[in-house]
Amino acid sequence: MALLEVENVHAYYGNIHALKGISLTVEKGEIVTLIGGNGAGKSTTLRTISALMKPREGKVLFEGNDLSKYPPHNMVRHGIAMVPEGRGVFAKMTVRENLEMGAYYRNDKAGIEADIENAYTLFPRLGERRSQLAGTMSGGEQQMLAMTRALMARPRLLLMDEPSMGLAPVLVDVIFDTIVKVNEQGTTVLLVEQNASMALQIANRGYVLQTGEIVMSADAKVLKNDPSVQKAYLGID
Amino acid sequence: MDITYWIFNLIILAVIVYSIYWVYKSYKTFTWVDWILLLFRLGLPIFLLVGMRNTIVSGKYSLDQWVSLIISGLAQGSIYALIALGYTLVYGILLMINFAHGDVFMAGAFCAYFVANALAKAGFWQSSPIVAIAITIAVAALVSMSIAVTLEKLAYRPLRSAPRLNVLITAIGASFVIQYLIKGFFGSAVRAYPEVAPLKASIPILGAKVPLAQLVVLLIAMILMGLLYLLVEKTKMGKAMRAVSENKEVARLMGIDVNQVIAFTFAIGGALAGAAGVIEGLYSPQGVTFTMGFFPGVKAFTAAVLGGIGNIPGAMPSGLVLGVFESLGPNLVLGGLGIPSANQLKDAIAFLMLVMVLIFRPSGILGEKLSEKKA
Repeated sequence: MALLEVENVHAYYGNIHALKGISLTVEKGEIVTLIGGNGAGKSTTLRTISALMKPREGKVLFEGNDLSKYPPHNMVRHGIAMVPEGRGVFAKMTVRENLEMGAYYRNDKAGIEADIENAYTLFPRLGERRSQLAGTMSGGEQQMLAMTRALMARPRLLLMDEPSMGLAPVLVDVIFDTIVKVNEQGTTVLLVEQNASMALQIANRGYVLQTGEIVMSADAKVLKNDPSVQKAYLGID
Repeated sequence: MDITYWIFNLIILAVIVYSIYWVYKSYKTFTWVDWILLLFRLGLPIFLLVGMRNTIVSGKYSLDQWVSLIISGLAQGSIYALIALGYTLVYGILLMINFAHGDVFMAGAFCAYFVANALAKAGFWQSSPIVAIAITIAVAALVSMSIAVTLEKLAYRPLRSAPRLNVLITAIGASFVIQYLIKGFFGSAVRAYPEVAPLKASIPILGAKVPLAQLVVLLIAMILMGLLYLLVEKTKMGKAMRAVSENKEVARLMGIDVNQVIAFTFAIGGALAGAAGVIEGLYSPQGVTFTMGFFPGVKAFTAAVLGGIGNIPGAMPSGLVLGVFESLGPNLVLGGLGIPSANQLKDAIAFLMLVMVLIFRPSGILGEKLSEKKA
């Protein structure tokens, strides 16, 4: 059984048919990436999985359970955490408070403290700025915070929406290295990216979305060498 | 002519000179709106300064009178501050102005009346006033809290995604519903609070005889505000409130039940309003009636705007400031200008302040500064 199964999901924004029957699977331990242009439905797919949007048709199964009957704030308890697009850190709260919010549903104080220390070890910058307001940090630091905040929930599946957006190339490398590290420690990752070449480098498999439909799915290596993908998303002629 | 007179004249002169300089610098870009605003900007400080000068020079009031005016202003202001916190808490999270909040306060005062009466009949107020106050506050806070939460569930939650105007109109409607429910059950008579003998005593401060009731009121309000501050800054629920007020969607991703947090916010605001109702009873025992929530409600709203609406640390001092201005203003400024029965214009001062803040500093007097400091 796959960790995550999305079956024939249709989603709408008002009358706009945003997802036209998306089906995908993510196996335990994988890094899977969704690539595609603007408005292809990548973020909408993630929002449907994290229950921020209800699909009009179709099912989302996580570890075999249909989660669509639960409200979005229950997703973390079931093991799905998400790094939202644009990072979504709480700007007027300190770094530490942001991390505490990531562990909101947990009650094991000692475990939370240990995980906060781990976050500071993973990104020493966060440790240095623990009592600084998150809104005063740079984009890269905010992305580090958003990512560690999601990990505070100890998720089995981590959804990441455009982690490279607006970041300097050096920082993009740091973030992607961390994704690999987190994955090696046992967290499954579903990654949505505009930066398709970076995403395909670290992913095991990939799906290509186009106007709300999956047009291609294959091993990351295969996609990387596919001429049509190269032309459309990797900027190679 | 003594020196105070000339100091005031110098300040007035400085205001005029500065205004002329300012007009000289930027009159080319002025529209007619700017000229009218200039009239306000220039007229108001001169009006204030001339009034203050005349009063102080005339020596009509002695120090002890000023002290008792300030302390009674602080006591009244602390009631405004407690109610204002309810407006600001809800606005911070839902961006809505809960115009029924004044009536939640009224319900608390009503409840306090019944509890206080029962306790007075049992002789409890005389034998152990502190316990009696605590019980009254607890009951009133609980009643107001339930009303606020019910209001949110029945009236506001179904409109969560509706345009803001709809919610505003609903809030005004809810205000009437509460008022007339109370009228229906208890009639429209004004009911006087029981005499609380231990609070009748007065304490001398700087020569003024300050009623003990006013000091108790101030003390209770300060304790409650301190508790609220700790709640918002230090507890898990308080942090969740701040997270929800910043970004509801991300808060959901963190596992925060947003509806629960919103209900909690209404509960806290309601409890503070209920406590303010008790304090009102202690401070001014003329009595309770079903329309009594309106004026404190609107004044507290003024205080909330003054402090920058949505800004919790701002609401507390601006409630106090409003109370003090209201109590000093008529005697200090209006009396000096020779306006007869200046105290009748107390309410006008509060609303003039509201209008001025909305024109010149819509983000509130404390709003911007605090947020800059925090950032």
